Amino acid sequence: MPDATGLELIAQRVRDRLGGEAVRDTVFFRGEATLEVAPEAVRATLAFLRDEDAEPWESLMSVHGCDYLPDEPRFGVHYQLLSMERTDRLNVKTRVGIEDPSLPTVVDMFPTAEYQEREIYDMFGVVFDGHPDPRRILMPEDYEGFPQRRDFPMGGEPVLYTFNEDSYPRWYD
Amino acid sequence: MTEFDPVGVPYRERERSVTMERMGEEPVSGTEAPVEGDRHDELLTINFGPHHPATHGVLRLLTTLEGEVVRDVKPIIGYVHTGIEKSCEDQQYWKVITFVERMDYLAYYFNAMAYCMAVEKLLDIEVPPRAQYLRVAHMELNRIASHLFGLATGALDLGAITMLWWGCRDRDLVLDLFEMSSGQRIHPRYFQVGGVIEDIPPGWEAKVREFLKIMPERLDQYLNLLDRNEIWLQRLKGTGLITQERALELGVTGPLLRATGHPWDLRKAMPYSSYEHFDFDVPIGLHGDNYDRFKVRIEEMRESVKIVEQALDGLPEGPWITDNRKVALPPRHELATSMEALIHHFKLVTEGFRVPPGEAYVAVESPRGELGCFVVADGSAKPARVHVRDPSFVNLQSLPDMAKDSLIADFIACIAMLDPILGGVDR
Repeated sequence: MPDATGLELIAQRVRDRLGGEAVRDTVFFRGEATLEVAPEAVRATLAFLRDEDAEPWESLMSVHGCDYLPDEPRFGVHYQLLSMERTDRLNVKTRVGIEDPSLPTVVDMFPTAEYQEREIYDMFGVVFDGHPDPRRILMPEDYEGFPQRRDFPMGGEPVLYTFNEDSYPRWYD
Repeated sequence: MTEFDPVGVPYRERERSVTMERMGEEPVSGTEAPVEGDRHDELLTINFGPHHPATHGVLRLLTTLEGEVVRDVKPIIGYVHTGIEKSCEDQQYWKVITFVERMDYLAYYFNAMAYCMAVEKLLDIEVPPRAQYLRVAHMELNRIASHLFGLATGALDLGAITMLWWGCRDRDLVLDLFEMSSGQRIHPRYFQVGGVIEDIPPGWEAKVREFLKIMPERLDQYLNLLDRNEIWLQRLKGTGLITQERALELGVTGPLLRATGHPWDLRKAMPYSSYEHFDFDVPIGLHGDNYDRFKVRIEEMRESVKIVEQALDGLPEGPWITDNRKVALPPRHELATSMEALIHHFKLVTEGFRVPPGEAYVAVESPRGELGCFVVADGSAKPARVHVRDPSFVNLQSLPDMAKDSLIADFIACIAMLDPILGGVDR
């Protein structure tokens, strides 16, 4: 992990390149560095960190979705960057609100994000603009709602069996 | 694809939507009316799975074939999605371990490890050295068991049924060891936040050493059986090729990445749980084909044997779980004599422990690659979010690259050597 100073240096380089508005916050917690950026700057930040930065982060290991329900903006999307050369990790985080939960896709830069962005759309309803295959991935395609949201209740869904399939009109559509 | 709007299209129609025309790609050849008498050019889309013995679970592969050649593969997943991550948000921290273990059901110790390490990071507690060594010993035994089962079922897909019996026979030896130390053969819930639940029982070490003695011999037997078998070699060598650059782009990790020649292993690169104390090698392949994947896994088992041996030799004395009573249960005998222990026990069992607000991502090297656990704590006794970056889920994206333009028989070999665990893919 970059230390707290290293994180500030990275944040400063991003600010120099993309303007002061790009970086919202830096969090250094338990040895983990998190760079919070504005949602409109997330693509540019990742491109900068991957290609132009003095200390490049060439791999995207994971993309997490997260719902901070009472807080606004509600959704968090975390990009876990990894540098295999420096064996170092950096978390780039962005927050989007429920009114317009959309982010630009990064699949063209990091092809590994394809499934993971689909999963976040599936679970939280965050739309990734420009994603090559923006369908649900884990839930059925005709499912309604986004189950990982904190206000989505657990259980209570009707389960379809052969004996009750008639009670769900045109379920096969 | 952009003009295709899935809303409002009937479900059956949408199932067909993943064919080549819908993808907006150029048809390979002959999707137009075939010439009379020559039907070889016709593209055929078949559903490979969800219930197919070679898909290692309920994986559905929408496969477009031109004759016997695979032209396109679309993995369709989610058939065993059980919402484990959602369920975790409704459980206390110490109960979540039971849930995450059921994701990648062949590498349960690793799931528990990633989760426990993430919570330990949030709590900022130390794990005693004995617990770290015991964790390493169990994880490496689990790696052997997982690779053995992957190899056994993979060989079955390729028609080498003897390997299935041998692999399952030797995996059972490992499961016996797990049963002895933790009471369960699979999903043992042995790892706890702060350490492990119990010390190893007397006699376990001797039994493990017995196993470690026969395991290298058994590995030689497998190689004698498979590595000199003409059919095995022909079906694996040069099939399922993927370049290192492409593997890195797709985020592929674990034996698949190492088979392409990249020595990336989190145990070496970013050691956790005292892995820096152990002397072991990272086997790599040269070409990135199925044969290299097979060999890398075999050699990894040898290295795991070495690590378990060292872990037993150097097993430190001392406690096996943290003495922080706000996190770990007090020893049973204290409950009869100490009021504080009774209170701690009661609070831990009824309410669980609270974790200070924060976010942590911890990755461990599972048998299939980087298994990361992302935990968000909001200060209560239940996690606000548990997300697992499962290596099978990410590695599955490389299947179309491996299988494209190969024979359908090689496609089976690709799935077998990719070794995805659908419980981990769908979670």
